[in-house]
Amino acid sequence: MNANIEPTDFVFDAAAEAAVAKAIARYPAGKQASAVMALLDIAQRQMERLTGTAWVPRLAMDVVAQRLGIAPARVYEIATFYTMYNTKPVGKYHLQVCTTTPCWLRGSDEVVSSCKKVTGIEGFGQTSADGLFTMTEVECLGGCVNAPILQINDDYYEDLDAARTEALLNELKSGAPLPPAGSSIGRQASAPVTNQTALLNNTKPVE
Amino acid sequence: MLNDADRIYQNLYGQQDWHLSGARARGDWNATADILARGRDAIIEEVKASGLRGRGGAGFPTGMKWSFMPKQSDGRPSYLVVNADESEPGTCKDRDIIRHEPHKLIEGSLIAGFAMGAHTAFIYIRGEYYNEAARLQAAIEEAYAAGLLGKNAAGSGWDFDLVLHRGAGAYICGEESALLESLEGKKGMPRMKPPFPAAMGLYGCPTTVNNVESIAGVPTILRRGAAWFSALGRPKNAGTKIFCISGHVNRPCNVEEELGTPLKDLIEKHAGGVRGGWDNLQAVIPGGASMPILNKEMCETQLMDFDSLAAVRSGLGSGAIIVMDKSADVVKAIWRLSKFFKHESCGQCTPCREGTGWMMRMMDRIVQGKA
Repeated sequence: MNANIEPTDFVFDAAAEAAVAKAIARYPAGKQASAVMALLDIAQRQMERLTGTAWVPRLAMDVVAQRLGIAPARVYEIATFYTMYNTKPVGKYHLQVCTTTPCWLRGSDEVVSSCKKVTGIEGFGQTSADGLFTMTEVECLGGCVNAPILQINDDYYEDLDAARTEALLNELKSGAPLPPAGSSIGRQASAPVTNQTALLNNTKPVE
Repeated sequence: MLNDADRIYQNLYGQQDWHLSGARARGDWNATADILARGRDAIIEEVKASGLRGRGGAGFPTGMKWSFMPKQSDGRPSYLVVNADESEPGTCKDRDIIRHEPHKLIEGSLIAGFAMGAHTAFIYIRGEYYNEAARLQAAIEEAYAAGLLGKNAAGSGWDFDLVLHRGAGAYICGEESALLESLEGKKGMPRMKPPFPAAMGLYGCPTTVNNVESIAGVPTILRRGAAWFSALGRPKNAGTKIFCISGHVNRPCNVEEELGTPLKDLIEKHAGGVRGGWDNLQAVIPGGASMPILNKEMCETQLMDFDSLAAVRSGLGSGAIIVMDKSADVVKAIWRLSKFFKHESCGQCTPCREGTGWMMRMMDRIVQGKA
């Protein structure tokens, strides 16, 4: 693990404790191991809240293991099997670029280039010099009719091109908060951008 | 073209209110207790008669799947698990149901749970759908507050709990036994079958795993009747389906249409046509990344249903249509899918763990002209 960046201590804070109790209560008695994914997510979000970077240090994994009564190694394997747990710090804005075929066909290469241009990052997995951005290549995000998609932290930014990606990232660089998620061209969710063909009389219930 | 009145998902595009009040106005939760009062067997028979086949990809008859669950408990609880791990490249239909029609999914879970003797259901949603999960959780809480979930759910006399479980990034968890492993707090690695989940699934208990679209369509099917649903589509390929049309079309979109709709109609009528015109079409992947590709000639007449696509040795899969015009490097497009499968191999079995890497490297050599 990352000895030089590992914190010396990790405890769930009050907000996290409330979420932990709720997560464990969702599963049948004795099946609290089911909450391991939720607890890792809670730990990652606490790190983001307290340190500005969303990741799960090994100490946090140990706390999760202890809380659920399972071996630490089981938590480590969960934390490394699933891609959404960051096992090292990431920038304030985690740029998760989908480059799988449906996004690639719609120009994800341009999204990647724009990310590099604005942030100065040279390749996937790197963090910008100012610590603001980390760029990660991700697999299909499941928003393919709104491709290409860039997920920043929890939000999907859709229907992007080079110019709109640059504008979005420049805003973040200048200190603006994340804009509302969704289509960057004002589309209504997954409906065609114009000339909608279905649900035209969409105000009156059928039944 | 399917009549708007025959579309199950009246709020597919989120133009109306997703909350309970909006859902009720669309007919959701209308006399749900009366549906449950028909009894387990009658509900399963109606779903069988409707011809509904699983909307996740395999197309297994939904009613028959439910009938595999034990009629009498041997002491173990039964579980319904809803697969909302939508990850097949090209597919983004369940996302719309979850964010715009969450109450159809919740009501469908209650009905399906009752029909298979389950008092608890879990919905496993992919971790990246963070905002969608928040929306669904809010809808679940509305349903609890209105007495539609929990003790005596919807006044039916049946106790029913619904739990939302977020994944954390792993395509393999869309495979039902890997999903169950993940739900138990383990790595998502598929189990050996048999035993099948209906005998030994979640926590070693009888379990049925259904796709979001299969479950969310059930309340409407039961209200409007099996005859209504089975009259849509084609023989043995009944009903409607949400198609996701992505790639090189003028207006990519999701749209609910009848099964058996010509592929050309979906592309030309709903998605604004192929970029540069129909003659600029090169190829289509018709059912998500796992399905064999169709050339333009095949696309001219291809019908979009389970059996028509199986007849040309491809598949309907999840209904994801990835369109490529003549500018596309098809070999590179397939190389990228090979890379996807290599990345997403869970690493448990040697042929896949090693083989997907070899496939990717071979494809890479073809892309570079060094094969």
